Amino acid sequence: MRKVRIIPRLDIKAPNLIKGVHLEGLRVMGDPQVFAQKYYEQGADELLYMDVVASLYERNGILDIIKHTAKNIFIPMTVGGGIRSVENASEALRSGADKVSLNTAAVREPELITKIADYYGNQCVVISIEAKRKSEGRWEVYTDNGREHTDLDVIEWVQRAVQLGAGEILVTSVDQEGTKKGFDIPLVKAVCEVAQVPVIASGGMGNIEHLHELLEETTVDAVAIANVLHYGTMTIEDIKAKIK
Amino acid sequence: MTKKVTIIDYGLGNLFSVSKAFEHIGAQVEITAEPEKIFNADYLVLPGVGAFNKGMQELASRNLIEPIKKYAASGKPLMGICLGMQMLFETGEENGVHQGLGLIKGRVVQIPADKIPHIGWGAVSAKQNWQGAEKEFYFVHSYHAICTQENNLLATVSYKNLELAAAVKNGSVVGYQFHPEKSRNQGLELCKEFLCL
Repeated sequence: MRKVRIIPRLDIKAPNLIKGVHLEGLRVMGDPQVFAQKYYEQGADELLYMDVVASLYERNGILDIIKHTAKNIFIPMTVGGGIRSVENASEALRSGADKVSLNTAAVREPELITKIADYYGNQCVVISIEAKRKSEGRWEVYTDNGREHTDLDVIEWVQRAVQLGAGEILVTSVDQEGTKKGFDIPLVKAVCEVAQVPVIASGGMGNIEHLHELLEETTVDAVAIANVLHYGTMTIEDIKAKIK
Repeated sequence: MTKKVTIIDYGLGNLFSVSKAFEHIGAQVEITAEPEKIFNADYLVLPGVGAFNKGMQELASRNLIEPIKKYAASGKPLMGICLGMQMLFETGEENGVHQGLGLIKGRVVQIPADKIPHIGWGAVSAKQNWQGAEKEFYFVHSYHAICTQENNLLATVSYKNLELAAAVKNGSVVGYQFHPEKSRNQGLELCKEFLCL
Protein backbone atom coordinates (compact mmCIF):
# COMPACT_ATOMS: atom_id res chain seq x y z
CA MET A 1 0.00 0.00 0.00
CA ARG A 2 1.27 3.48 -0.70
CA LYS A 3 1.07 6.56 1.44
CA VAL A 4 -1.69 9.14 0.98
CA ARG A 5 -2.64 12.17 3.03
CA ILE A 6 -5.64 11.55 5.26
CA ILE A 7 -7.70 14.72 5.47
CA PRO A 8 -10.80 14.93 7.67
CA ARG A 9 -13.46 16.95 5.89
CA LEU A 10 -15.44 19.19 8.21
CA ASP A 11 -18.60 20.61 6.65
CA ILE A 12 -19.54 23.66 8.64
CA LYS A 13 -22.79 25.47 9.11
CA ALA A 14 -21.41 27.85 11.70
CA PRO A 15 -21.10 27.31 14.53
CA ASN A 16 -21.69 23.60 14.00
CA LEU A 17 -20.00 20.69 12.29
CA ILE A 18 -22.65 19.11 10.13
CA LYS A 19 -22.91 16.09 7.89
CA GLY A 20 -25.02 15.65 4.80
CA VAL A 21 -26.00 12.85 2.52
CA HIS A 22 -25.76 13.49 -1.22
CA LEU A 23 -24.80 17.05 -0.31
CA GLU A 24 -28.22 17.90 1.14
CA GLY A 25 -30.10 16.98 4.28
CA LEU A 26 -27.94 18.23 7.14
CA ARG A 27 -27.36 16.62 10.50
CA VAL A 28 -25.66 18.55 13.29
CA MET A 29 -22.66 16.59 14.59
CA GLY A 30 -21.32 19.02 17.17
CA ASP A 31 -18.54 21.47 17.95
CA PRO A 32 -15.98 21.66 15.13
CA GLN A 33 -13.14 22.44 17.58
CA VAL A 34 -13.71 19.18 19.44
CA PHE A 35 -13.62 17.18 16.25
CA ALA A 36 -10.60 19.05 14.89
CA GLN A 37 -8.65 18.48 18.12
CA LYS A 38 -9.54 14.79 18.08
CA TYR A 39 -8.40 14.39 14.47
CA TYR A 40 -5.19 16.32 15.12
CA GLU A 41 -4.38 13.98 18.00
CA GLN A 42 -5.20 10.96 15.84
CA GLY A 43 -2.65 12.04 13.26
CA ALA A 44 -4.59 13.89 10.56
CA ASP A 45 -2.30 15.18 7.82
CA GLU A 46 -4.41 18.29 7.13
CA LEU A 47 -7.89 19.61 7.86
CA LEU A 48 -10.45 20.59 5.22
CA TYR A 49 -13.18 23.02 6.25
CA MET A 50 -16.13 23.59 3.93
CA ASP A 51 -18.66 26.27 4.65
CA VAL A 52 -21.84 24.67 3.34
CA VAL A 53 -24.00 27.72 3.77
CA ALA A 54 -21.51 30.00 2.07
CA SER A 55 -23.53 33.15 2.60
CA LEU A 56 -21.87 36.45 3.35
CA TYR A 57 -23.50 36.60 6.77
CA GLU A 58 -21.97 33.35 7.82
CA ARG A 59 -18.56 34.36 6.58
CA ASN A 60 -17.22 35.24 10.01
CA GLY A 61 -18.54 32.01 11.47
CA ILE A 62 -16.13 29.73 9.70
CA LEU A 63 -13.21 32.15 9.90
CA ASP A 64 -13.66 32.44 13.66
CA ILE A 65 -13.56 28.65 13.84
CA ILE A 66 -10.30 28.57 11.84
CA LYS A 67 -8.71 31.29 13.96
CA HIS A 68 -9.47 29.36 17.10
CA THR A 69 -8.25 26.08 15.64
CA ALA A 70 -5.00 27.68 14.51
CA LYS A 71 -4.08 28.42 18.13
CA ASN A 72 -3.67 24.80 19.10
CA ILE A 73 -3.50 22.78 15.96
CA PHE A 74 -0.36 22.96 13.87
CA ILE A 75 -1.18 21.20 10.63
CA PRO A 76 -2.33 22.70 7.33
CA MET A 77 -5.91 23.86 6.90
CA THR A 78 -7.89 24.42 3.72
CA VAL A 79 -11.02 26.56 3.74
CA GLY A 80 -13.71 26.48 1.10
CA GLY A 81 -17.30 27.49 0.57
CA GLY A 82 -18.24 30.91 -0.72
CA ILE A 83 -14.76 32.11 -1.63
CA ARG A 84 -15.72 34.52 -4.39
CA SER A 85 -12.91 37.05 -4.60
CA VAL A 86 -9.24 37.65 -3.91
CA GLU A 87 -10.38 39.51 -0.78
CA ASN A 88 -12.31 36.46 0.48
CA ALA A 89 -9.18 34.38 -0.12
CA SER A 90 -7.00 36.93 1.72
CA GLU A 91 -9.36 36.91 4.68
CA ALA A 92 -9.26 33.14 4.87
CA LEU A 93 -5.48 33.04 4.63
CA ARG A 94 -5.12 35.79 7.23
CA SER A 95 -7.33 33.76 9.57
CA GLY A 96 -5.02 30.76 9.55
CA ALA A 97 -5.92 28.87 6.38
CA ASP A 98 -3.03 27.70 4.21
CA LYS A 99 -5.09 26.95 1.14
CA VAL A 100 -8.43 28.11 -0.18
CA SER A 101 -10.83 25.90 -2.07
CA LEU A 102 -12.86 27.37 -4.92
CA ASN A 103 -15.84 25.79 -6.62
CA THR A 104 -18.83 27.84 -7.76
CA ALA A 105 -16.94 31.11 -8.09
CA ALA A 106 -14.23 29.46 -10.20
CA VAL A 107 -16.80 28.01 -12.59
CA ARG A 108 -18.54 31.37 -12.93
CA GLU A 109 -15.33 33.40 -13.15
CA PRO A 110 -12.42 31.15 -14.11
CA GLU A 111 -10.02 34.12 -14.09
CA LEU A 112 -10.45 34.20 -10.31
CA ILE A 113 -8.24 31.10 -10.13
CA THR A 114 -5.44 32.98 -11.84
CA LYS A 115 -5.94 36.12 -9.77
CA ILE A 116 -5.59 34.25 -6.48
CA ALA A 117 -2.77 32.02 -7.76
CA ASP A 118 -0.82 35.00 -9.09
CA TYR A 119 -0.95 36.69 -5.73
CA TYR A 120 -0.62 33.81 -3.31
CA GLY A 121 0.90 31.11 -5.48
CA ASN A 122 -0.84 28.16 -7.07
CA GLN A 123 -0.09 25.93 -4.11
CA CYS A 124 -2.67 27.98 -2.21
CA VAL A 125 -5.46 27.28 -4.68
CA VAL A 126 -7.51 24.09 -4.53
CA ILE A 127 -10.23 23.69 -7.12
CA SER A 128 -13.10 21.72 -5.66
CA ILE A 129 -15.16 19.87 -8.21
CA GLU A 130 -18.50 18.26 -7.44
CA ALA A 131 -18.93 15.59 -10.07
CA LYS A 132 -22.10 13.79 -11.02
CA ARG A 133 -22.19 10.84 -13.40
CA LYS A 134 -23.68 11.80 -16.73
CA SER A 135 -22.98 8.71 -18.82
CA GLU A 136 -20.30 6.01 -19.09
CA GLY A 137 -16.96 7.66 -18.47
CA ARG A 138 -18.41 11.17 -18.36
CA TRP A 139 -19.21 13.39 -15.42
CA GLU A 140 -20.79 16.81 -15.16
CA VAL A 141 -19.60 19.64 -12.92
CA TYR A 142 -22.10 20.77 -10.33
CA THR A 143 -21.91 23.94 -8.24
CA ASP A 144 -23.59 25.46 -5.17
CA ASN A 145 -22.88 22.47 -2.99
CA GLY A 146 -24.08 19.95 -5.54
CA ARG A 147 -27.35 21.68 -6.35
CA GLU A 148 -26.77 23.40 -9.69
CA HIS A 149 -25.74 21.63 -12.89
CA THR A 150 -23.48 23.37 -15.40
CA ASP A 151 -23.14 21.27 -18.61
CA LEU A 152 -19.39 21.46 -17.99
CA ASP A 153 -17.44 18.26 -18.43
CA VAL A 154 -15.39 17.40 -15.34
CA ILE A 155 -12.29 16.23 -17.18
CA GLU A 156 -12.23 19.32 -19.39
CA TRP A 157 -12.74 21.54 -16.39
CA VAL A 158 -9.88 19.86 -14.47
CA GLN A 159 -7.49 20.57 -17.34
CA ARG A 160 -8.65 24.15 -17.70
CA ALA A 161 -8.47 24.81 -13.98
CA VAL A 162 -4.89 23.54 -13.80
CA GLN A 163 -3.92 25.70 -16.79
CA LEU A 164 -5.43 28.69 -15.03
CA GLY A 165 -3.35 28.09 -11.90
CA ALA A 166 -4.97 25.48 -9.65
CA GLY A 167 -2.36 23.80 -7.44
CA GLU A 168 -4.56 20.94 -6.31
CA ILE A 169 -7.83 19.32 -7.33
CA LEU A 170 -10.42 18.14 -4.81
CA VAL A 171 -12.90 15.89 -6.55
CA THR A 172 -16.12 14.93 -4.78
CA SER A 173 -18.51 12.39 -6.19
CA VAL A 174 -22.03 13.73 -5.78
CA ASP A 175 -23.36 10.21 -6.45
CA GLN A 176 -21.24 8.50 -3.81
CA GLU A 177 -20.97 11.20 -1.14
CA GLY A 178 -22.62 10.16 2.13
CA THR A 179 -23.55 6.69 0.87
CA LYS A 180 -20.60 4.81 2.41
CA LYS A 181 -20.64 2.57 -0.65
CA GLY A 182 -17.16 3.45 -1.86
CA PHE A 183 -15.48 6.06 -4.05
CA ASP A 184 -16.32 6.65 -7.69
CA ILE A 185 -13.13 4.96 -8.85
CA PRO A 186 -13.47 5.66 -12.61
CA LEU A 187 -14.02 9.35 -11.78
CA VAL A 188 -10.95 9.64 -9.55
CA LYS A 189 -8.84 7.66 -12.02
CA ALA A 190 -9.89 9.87 -14.92
CA VAL A 191 -9.12 13.04 -12.96
CA CYS A 192 -5.70 11.76 -11.83
CA GLU A 193 -4.79 10.90 -15.39
CA VAL A 194 -5.16 14.48 -16.62
CA ALA A 195 -4.47 16.60 -13.54
CA GLN A 196 -0.65 16.98 -13.29
CA VAL A 197 -1.20 18.46 -9.83
CA PRO A 198 -2.05 16.55 -6.64
CA VAL A 199 -5.58 15.16 -6.42
CA ILE A 200 -7.70 14.72 -3.31
CA ALA A 201 -10.61 12.27 -3.59
CA SER A 202 -13.74 12.81 -1.55
CA GLY A 203 -17.05 11.07 -1.23
CA GLY A 204 -18.17 7.57 -0.46
CA MET A 205 -15.77 5.94 1.94
CA GLY A 206 -17.53 3.44 4.21
CA ASN A 207 -14.76 1.01 5.12
CA ILE A 208 -11.07 0.35 4.65
CA GLU A 209 -11.60 -1.81 1.56
CA HIS A 210 -12.92 1.24 -0.26
CA LEU A 211 -9.67 3.02 0.50
CA HIS A 212 -7.57 0.01 -0.54
CA GLU A 213 -9.42 -0.08 -3.85
CA LEU A 214 -8.88 3.66 -4.37
CA LEU A 215 -5.14 3.33 -3.71
CA GLU A 216 -4.75 0.31 -5.94
CA GLU A 217 -6.77 1.61 -8.87
CA THR A 218 -5.76 5.30 -8.92
CA THR A 219 -2.73 7.53 -8.31
CA VAL A 220 -4.66 9.82 -5.96
CA ASP A 221 -2.51 11.79 -3.48
CA ALA A 222 -4.97 12.35 -0.67
CA VAL A 223 -8.43 11.43 0.60
CA ALA A 224 -10.95 13.64 2.32
CA ILE A 225 -13.04 11.64 4.74
CA ALA A 226 -16.14 12.74 6.64
CA ASN A 227 -18.69 10.06 7.50
CA VAL A 228 -16.38 7.31 8.69
CA LEU A 229 -14.51 9.71 10.98
CA HIS A 230 -17.36 11.87 12.29
CA TYR A 231 -19.44 8.83 13.22
CA GLY A 232 -16.42 7.18 14.81
CA THR A 233 -16.50 4.11 12.57
CA MET A 234 -12.74 4.31 12.21
CA THR A 235 -10.02 6.52 13.65
CA ILE A 236 -7.24 8.07 11.59
CA GLU A 237 -4.76 5.81 13.36
CA ASP A 238 -6.81 2.74 12.26
CA ILE A 239 -6.86 3.98 8.70
CA LYS A 240 -3.14 4.77 8.55
CA ALA A 241 -2.25 1.42 10.13
CA LYS A 242 -4.30 -0.41 7.52
CA ILE A 243 -2.72 1.29 4.54
CA LYS A 244 0.89 0.88 5.71
CA MET B 1 12.43 36.34 30.36
CA THR B 2 10.09 36.19 27.39
CA LYS B 3 11.72 36.12 24.01
CA LYS B 4 10.38 38.47 21.39
CA VAL B 5 10.10 37.29 17.81
CA THR B 6 9.53 39.77 14.99
CA ILE B 7 7.63 38.54 11.98
CA ILE B 8 7.95 40.53 8.77
CA ASP B 9 4.64 41.59 7.26
CA TYR B 10 5.13 42.21 3.57
CA GLY B 11 1.66 41.18 2.46
CA LEU B 12 2.47 37.62 1.50
CA GLY B 13 3.05 35.45 4.50
CA ASN B 14 0.65 33.27 6.44
CA LEU B 15 1.27 35.57 9.38
CA PHE B 16 -1.52 34.26 11.55
CA SER B 17 -0.27 30.69 11.59
CA VAL B 18 3.34 31.67 12.11
CA SER B 19 2.47 34.00 14.98
CA LYS B 20 0.24 31.38 16.64
CA ALA B 21 3.04 28.85 16.57
CA PHE B 22 5.51 31.20 18.22
CA GLU B 23 2.90 32.32 20.77
CA HIS B 24 2.20 28.68 21.52
CA ILE B 25 5.82 28.09 22.50
CA GLY B 26 5.76 31.11 24.79
CA ALA B 27 7.24 33.90 22.73
CA GLN B 28 6.01 37.43 22.45
CA VAL B 29 5.18 38.13 18.81
CA GLU B 30 5.58 41.40 16.94
CA ILE B 31 4.25 41.59 13.37
CA THR B 32 5.61 44.57 11.52
CA ALA B 33 6.55 46.15 8.21
CA GLU B 34 8.58 48.94 9.83
CA PRO B 35 12.24 48.90 8.76
CA GLU B 36 13.45 50.12 12.14
CA LYS B 37 11.62 47.47 14.13
CA ILE B 38 12.94 44.84 11.75
CA PHE B 39 16.51 46.02 12.07
CA ASN B 40 16.23 46.13 15.86
CA ALA B 41 14.61 42.74 16.27
CA ASP B 42 16.10 40.08 18.52
CA TYR B 43 14.78 37.19 16.43
CA LEU B 44 13.49 37.81 12.91
CA VAL B 45 11.22 35.61 10.82
CA LEU B 46 10.59 36.02 7.10
CA PRO B 47 7.49 33.97 6.26
CA GLY B 48 6.15 33.63 2.76
CA VAL B 49 3.70 31.93 0.51
CA GLY B 50 3.64 32.73 -3.17
CA ALA B 51 5.91 33.74 -5.98
CA PHE B 52 9.56 34.79 -5.64
CA ASN B 53 9.35 37.88 -7.81
CA LYS B 54 6.21 39.04 -6.10
CA GLY B 55 7.79 38.49 -2.70
CA MET B 56 10.89 40.51 -3.58
CA GLN B 57 8.72 43.27 -5.09
CA GLU B 58 6.67 43.49 -1.94
CA LEU B 59 9.80 43.67 0.22
CA ALA B 60 11.28 46.33 -2.07
CA SER B 61 8.14 48.48 -2.13
CA ARG B 62 8.21 48.56 1.65
CA ASN B 63 11.95 49.33 1.76
CA LEU B 64 12.64 46.19 3.71
CA ILE B 65 15.48 44.66 1.71
CA GLU B 66 18.24 46.76 3.24
CA PRO B 67 17.08 46.43 6.86
CA ILE B 68 16.86 42.63 6.47
CA LYS B 69 20.34 42.44 4.94
CA LYS B 70 21.79 44.70 7.63
CA TYR B 71 20.05 42.67 10.35
CA ALA B 72 21.53 39.45 8.97
CA ALA B 73 24.97 41.03 8.67
CA SER B 74 24.86 41.90 12.36
CA GLY B 75 24.76 38.18 13.15
CA LYS B 76 21.33 38.04 14.78
CA PRO B 77 19.07 35.03 14.06
CA LEU B 78 16.93 35.10 10.91
CA MET B 79 14.52 32.32 9.90
CA GLY B 80 13.11 32.15 6.39
CA ILE B 81 10.06 29.92 5.86
CA CYS B 82 8.99 28.51 2.51
CA LEU B 83 9.05 31.47 0.10
CA GLY B 84 10.93 33.30 2.86
CA MET B 85 13.63 30.61 2.71
CA GLN B 86 13.77 30.85 -1.08
CA MET B 87 14.23 34.64 -0.98
CA LEU B 88 17.34 34.18 1.18
CA PHE B 89 19.11 32.97 -1.96
CA GLU B 90 20.75 34.98 -4.74
CA THR B 91 18.24 34.50 -7.55
CA GLY B 92 14.84 33.03 -8.24
CA GLU B 93 13.85 31.87 -11.70
CA GLU B 94 10.04 32.01 -11.69
CA ASN B 95 8.80 34.18 -14.62
CA GLY B 96 12.30 35.44 -15.41
CA VAL B 97 15.40 35.78 -13.24
CA HIS B 98 14.93 37.89 -10.12
CA GLN B 99 17.31 39.03 -7.41
CA GLY B 100 16.84 37.59 -3.95
CA LEU B 101 18.36 38.75 -0.68
CA GLY B 102 21.64 37.00 -1.45
CA LEU B 103 22.20 35.81 2.12
CA ILE B 104 22.87 32.23 1.00
CA LYS B 105 24.67 31.34 -2.23
CA GLY B 106 22.51 29.59 -4.77
CA ARG B 107 19.41 29.85 -6.86
CA VAL B 108 15.76 28.89 -6.82
CA VAL B 109 14.29 26.98 -9.75
CA GLN B 110 11.18 25.02 -10.56
CA ILE B 111 10.99 21.46 -9.25
CA PRO B 112 11.63 19.31 -12.35
CA ALA B 113 8.87 16.78 -11.69
CA ASP B 114 5.74 15.89 -13.66
CA LYS B 115 3.48 16.63 -10.74
CA ILE B 116 3.91 19.95 -8.93
CA PRO B 117 3.42 21.45 -6.41
CA HIS B 118 5.07 19.03 -4.02
CA ILE B 119 2.40 18.84 -1.35
CA GLY B 120 2.48 16.70 1.74
CA TRP B 121 4.53 15.35 4.58
CA GLY B 122 8.11 14.42 3.81
CA ALA B 123 10.79 12.81 5.95
CA VAL B 124 13.99 14.81 5.84
CA SER B 125 17.52 13.47 5.58
CA ALA B 126 20.07 15.48 7.51
CA LYS B 127 23.33 16.34 5.80
CA GLN B 128 24.77 17.79 8.98
CA ASN B 129 24.07 17.62 12.67
CA TRP B 130 20.54 19.03 12.95
CA GLN B 131 17.65 18.75 15.35
CA GLY B 132 15.05 18.02 12.69
CA ALA B 133 16.91 14.98 11.34
CA GLU B 134 14.76 12.07 10.11
CA LYS B 135 11.51 13.78 11.11
CA GLU B 136 8.53 14.56 8.86
CA PHE B 137 7.57 18.08 7.95
CA TYR B 138 4.88 19.59 5.75
CA PHE B 139 5.93 20.78 2.33
CA VAL B 140 3.97 22.75 -0.22
CA HIS B 141 6.05 24.27 -2.99
CA SER B 142 6.64 24.26 -6.73
CA TYR B 143 10.16 25.72 -6.60
CA HIS B 144 13.24 24.55 -4.77
CA ALA B 145 16.55 26.06 -3.74
CA ILE B 146 19.89 24.78 -4.98
CA CYS B 147 22.79 25.62 -2.66
CA THR B 148 26.07 26.50 -4.31
CA GLN B 149 27.97 25.57 -1.16
CA GLU B 150 27.43 22.15 0.36
CA ASN B 151 28.03 23.41 3.87
CA ASN B 152 24.88 25.55 3.64
CA LEU B 153 22.69 22.48 3.14
CA LEU B 154 21.29 21.13 6.42
CA ALA B 155 18.77 18.60 5.15
CA THR B 156 17.00 17.35 2.07
CA VAL B 157 13.65 15.78 1.28
CA SER B 158 12.97 13.17 -1.32
CA TYR B 159 10.25 13.86 -3.94
CA LYS B 160 9.76 11.82 -7.10
CA ASN B 161 13.36 10.58 -7.06
CA LEU B 162 14.68 14.12 -6.57
CA GLU B 163 16.55 15.32 -3.50
CA LEU B 164 15.32 18.81 -2.70
CA ALA B 165 16.75 21.24 -0.15
CA ALA B 166 14.58 21.11 2.96
CA ALA B 167 16.68 23.09 5.43
CA VAL B 168 19.58 25.47 4.81
CA LYS B 169 21.86 27.58 6.97
CA ASN B 170 24.48 30.28 6.68
CA GLY B 171 25.75 31.52 10.01
CA SER B 172 22.80 32.91 11.95
CA VAL B 173 20.51 32.67 8.94
CA VAL B 174 18.40 29.53 8.68
CA GLY B 175 15.85 28.61 6.06
CA TYR B 176 13.16 25.93 5.98
CA GLN B 177 11.42 24.98 2.73
CA PHE B 178 8.70 23.24 4.77
CA HIS B 179 6.36 24.98 7.19
CA PRO B 180 7.55 24.48 10.77
CA GLU B 181 4.38 26.23 11.98
CA LYS B 182 2.33 23.52 10.26
CA SER B 183 4.44 20.52 11.14
CA ARG B 184 3.12 19.50 14.50
CA ASN B 185 5.44 19.20 17.47
CA GLN B 186 8.56 18.62 15.44
CA GLY B 187 7.98 21.96 13.72
CA LEU B 188 7.33 23.72 17.02
CA GLU B 189 10.61 22.24 18.34
CA LEU B 190 12.48 23.96 15.52
CA CYS B 191 10.77 27.24 16.45
CA LYS B 192 11.92 26.71 20.04
CA GLU B 193 15.44 25.94 18.91
CA PHE B 194 15.47 29.14 16.85
CA LEU B 195 14.63 31.12 19.98
CA CYS B 196 17.17 29.16 21.98
CA LEU B 197 14.41 27.96 24.31
